[in-house]
Amino acid sequence: MNAAAGGGASVRVENCGKTFADGTRALERATLDIARGETLVLLGPSGCGKTTMLRIIAGLELPDVGGRVLFNGKDVTSEPIERRNVGMVFQSYALFPNMSVADNIGYGLKIRSVGKQERAARVAELVALTGITGLENRRIDQLSGGQRQRVALARAVAIRPGILLLDEPLTALDAALRDRLRGELNRLLRALGITTIYVTHDQSEAMELGDRVVVMRKGAIAQIGTPREIYFQPKNRFVAEFIGAANIIESPIENGHLVLPGGRLPIGAAENLAAAVAMIRPETIAVVEEGRAPLTGTIDSVSFIGDRQRLVISGACAKPLTVDAPNTMKASAGERIGLSIAPDAVRLLPPET
Amino acid sequence: MRDRLIFTGQLLFTLIVAAFLVVPAILSISAGITVNYFRGISSGLTLQWVFQVWELYAGTILLSFEIAFACLAVTLVAGVPAAYALHVHRGRLSRMVEEIITLPVAIPGLALALALLLTYQGFSGFRRSWLFILTGHVIFTMPFMVRSVMAVFGTIDVKTLDEGAASLGASPWRRFRDVIVPNAVPGILAGSLMVVTLSLGEFNLTWMLHTPLTKTLPVGLADSYASMRLEVASAYTLIFFVMIIPLLVAMQMFADKEQAR
Repeated sequence: MNAAAGGGASVRVENCGKTFADGTRALERATLDIARGETLVLLGPSGCGKTTMLRIIAGLELPDVGGRVLFNGKDVTSEPIERRNVGMVFQSYALFPNMSVADNIGYGLKIRSVGKQERAARVAELVALTGITGLENRRIDQLSGGQRQRVALARAVAIRPGILLLDEPLTALDAALRDRLRGELNRLLRALGITTIYVTHDQSEAMELGDRVVVMRKGAIAQIGTPREIYFQPKNRFVAEFIGAANIIESPIENGHLVLPGGRLPIGAAENLAAAVAMIRPETIAVVEEGRAPLTGTIDSVSFIGDRQRLVISGACAKPLTVDAPNTMKASAGERIGLSIAPDAVRLLPPET
Repeated sequence: MRDRLIFTGQLLFTLIVAAFLVVPAILSISAGITVNYFRGISSGLTLQWVFQVWELYAGTILLSFEIAFACLAVTLVAGVPAAYALHVHRGRLSRMVEEIITLPVAIPGLALALALLLTYQGFSGFRRSWLFILTGHVIFTMPFMVRSVMAVFGTIDVKTLDEGAASLGASPWRRFRDVIVPNAVPGILAGSLMVVTLSLGEFNLTWMLHTPLTKTLPVGLADSYASMRLEVASAYTLIFFVMIIPLLVAMQMFADKEQAR
């Protein structure tokens, strides 16, 4: 076992694409570097190639010729998964129905010929760590979804893998449990300090867990960045709309202003453009007095969400504008209001090709 | 009132059907322990026919069991991995192989036997040994093993289980041994039950393949029906029952227990 305690391995995916036997192109050639101890999230809608990327890193799929996978600088492309020392949590968990919880967790250690006592000690440690004490002798079909998820995680971590791979580990759970486990998982991954690659289609999972997030679309990488970067500085319309809520505004730019039906919005220095695409997050728009506002509009609808209220404003832009206002503000449909937006909250996007 | 009538009707029907199946067996068995069948049970009960059968045909009974369990061993060793391979590599070729394996169920046993005889007539040592009959039985019973194991593979996510074990470092052989086979146990048991009973009762293929020295139980049965007094043949049936029914019950119980786990 060459994994340094807590550190894990660094991963380099070099020029890896995947074309399946039937000619389907699941993944465009891409290069990715994952630092030792980093948590990288592969995020995207279904069919975007994120699982294929994970399976290539795992060793469950071979990349197209020319692609290479390196762990700690060592080429492992031709090594099957059983020789890569990775821990993997599958979407369906892949727990062995013929073994007890403890035997599932200890299986990887048994394969590695770890002695019975040491194995039992490690299993006990992980059972405590994942909070499933008391379930050691249960059969898998006697566990709830959340418990299965924990067993799968404990089993993957038990072998002290260099890299932990998680394929939509929370998708099979109901919403409330998913939120709770997400927090737990985050703490656990931080505590382990292991290199982690996490696949999900859920952006809030990606935001919370990822040191960096790779947003994928149609087999290609749309953007790589920290959660803040992909949220505030999306590189294109797809990322802007996939992550969080976004107002996408198409309008001309004149003298550093967006020219909109409801007024001229200053956006800082920018060249004049006949057709620009800008993104504005709903929570960056402030509701102000009508008289002093650069932009005015009429409230179409108010939805009270709890921690905030979501207003839909017409007349300000060509399309209805979504605004997240404080939950204490008085607002009603039909009212005319003013809107103010900080210039650096407006992000210009390249026109969609 | 109407419910009672329906119930009585159904009960009666069930009993008649059961009698239709059971009465001939009882008659046959009782014939095997009657001193003289034509004079009826009043002639007295005896075990002499049973002893006589045992003296004459003990060899065939032993050989039958030998072949049945050898057949089981072969179908297990070849059939379970075959089922796994066919399940994992789903494609036109594997479907063709599956069809070919299943073909012997549809082909009359006599035709199969004839093909075997034509193929192996030159190998007289093989032709004369019990292995020749075993070959026929394996060909005939293999689809039952492969099919029932494949049916179980269809209900569990074999691919992901296999990948899960691989991710933990298990070699293909360890994965097969530790994860695939244990989870296929219900299918393996059901298949085994079929293989053993089919092999024990197989007649028409065996009848073509046997030599005077390689007679199995059903062939011996036919032989005794043809050449002995009726009481002897019936005693033979009795022995067949006594041998096979506890075996069937035991295997069924084992399978039930395994399934309930």
